[in-house]
Amino acid sequence: MASYSTNEFRSGLKVLLDGDPCIILDNEFVKPGKGQAFNRVKLRNLMSNRVWERTFKSGESLEAADVLEQDMEYLYTDGEFWHFMLTDGSFEQHAADAKAVGDTVKWLKEQDVYTVTLYNGAPLSVAPPNFVELEVVDTDPGMKGDTAQGGSKPATLSTGAVVNVPLFISIGEVLKVDTRSGEYVSRVKSS
Amino acid sequence: MTNQPVWQPSASQAALESRAQQLSFVRGFFAQRQVMEVETPVLGRHGVTDLNLDGVYADVSAAGISGGWLQTSPEYHMKRLLAAGSGSIFQISKVFRDGERGSRHNPEFSMLEWYRVGFDDAALMSEVSDLVCGWLGCARPRIVAYRDALITCAHIDPFESSDRELRRSCEQWLEPEQLAGMGRDACLDLLMSFAVEPHLGRDVPEFIVGYPASQAALARVSTQDGHRVAHRFELYIDGLELCNGYWELVDASEQRHRFEHDNQLRRLAGKPERAIDEAFLQSVEAGLPECAGVALGLDRLLMLKLGTRDISDVLAFPFERA
Repeated sequence: MASYSTNEFRSGLKVLLDGDPCIILDNEFVKPGKGQAFNRVKLRNLMSNRVWERTFKSGESLEAADVLEQDMEYLYTDGEFWHFMLTDGSFEQHAADAKAVGDTVKWLKEQDVYTVTLYNGAPLSVAPPNFVELEVVDTDPGMKGDTAQGGSKPATLSTGAVVNVPLFISIGEVLKVDTRSGEYVSRVKSS
Repeated sequence: MTNQPVWQPSASQAALESRAQQLSFVRGFFAQRQVMEVETPVLGRHGVTDLNLDGVYADVSAAGISGGWLQTSPEYHMKRLLAAGSGSIFQISKVFRDGERGSRHNPEFSMLEWYRVGFDDAALMSEVSDLVCGWLGCARPRIVAYRDALITCAHIDPFESSDRELRRSCEQWLEPEQLAGMGRDACLDLLMSFAVEPHLGRDVPEFIVGYPASQAALARVSTQDGHRVAHRFELYIDGLELCNGYWELVDASEQRHRFEHDNQLRRLAGKPERAIDEAFLQSVEAGLPECAGVALGLDRLLMLKLGTRDISDVLAFPFERA
């Protein structure tokens, strides 16, 4: 297994720490002029999503983590697993469990493409694109012609996600939503 | 850090101008005090034996001679000039340290080094204050004992504590298996870097004095309050280490002994030994005058002047862009 020594540390590098895959966020080199050098490193544990701060003596090394980010198309769920397929033409499929899918479950739409992080060949996490387009399946009746007035109401989307939308939105409309903030962006088409 | 080429400098035009002003301030300062500017080789035949300093090997060949090292400091060459009767001298030079890159480090940096014949550490600290405060317009530094700084900030006595106690106080930062192979000095370096340094020079600049004899490097050692301490000082401003000075060791056999001890430590650490610079030792033997000397990081001095925390802000081309 490949390993990286402290002077190869840089942000974005994926390493194994305490048996868990981590991504290096920040690496600060610290050295008294004539003394021992250290690296103060911030890492995100990809299993728990926690940020760790660790100190290394310069020259120490960490094993590389077999972590790979891949674009995959969401296929379907069987209730226990969510199935994805590589978009590289290989038709290779991977099944992600609820822990890997996490909050992304509310943005999962069949045939859309997601970033799946594989660890040792199995899905570790699933990240949605920044924007998704989803249909409104439930909301209070729309108020036509009232586009200028402020105010908002909740709308339930086809994936089960609930977002706040302007009052003029009605059932059947397709909306563009920012997955990072969970906020309504715009209408894609009107019904 | 990126491997993509970037042609633009990382320092602003204002920082480049301030660097130029700083150089002329320094030259004016020494001209006024009749300290002679000198130039010594950046490319030397020998590296240093220090355990924690890695030079950059230069594969140079010329007229039957090959090899060489980019200098980690102009110290040995400058001391040879002193032994040859130069009188007080200063130098502004580029120095090189392999593996050092961070917000306060670049593998190549600018050093101001000067030696004052007849000065001791106290006299030289006063002159360092004149120069630094003259340029930065800051308050004059106060003097703090290394021992007191460690006791106050790291709650450990660097002289009286056992190895075990010292290691235990490092457990906040390192795992037991990381600590297993660490000696006293490495533990003290950790505590200095993480527990002490961030607090130094916050209100007013602070000189740290009275380093343990094991960290004397090229400073003379004496006994104070029953402890062997080095006549070595460092200046800290706003948590930033700015310079390192010695009341210089002028004893050639003691100097040789220290170099050999360095190589022993290198062996133990699994590092290659380094050939001892015999020309330098001969000059000490021939008679290095009583003097004090100091090395000051000019890039860091500029960082303080401009109020930046990143050395890339004051370097035209840090290593990734060089």
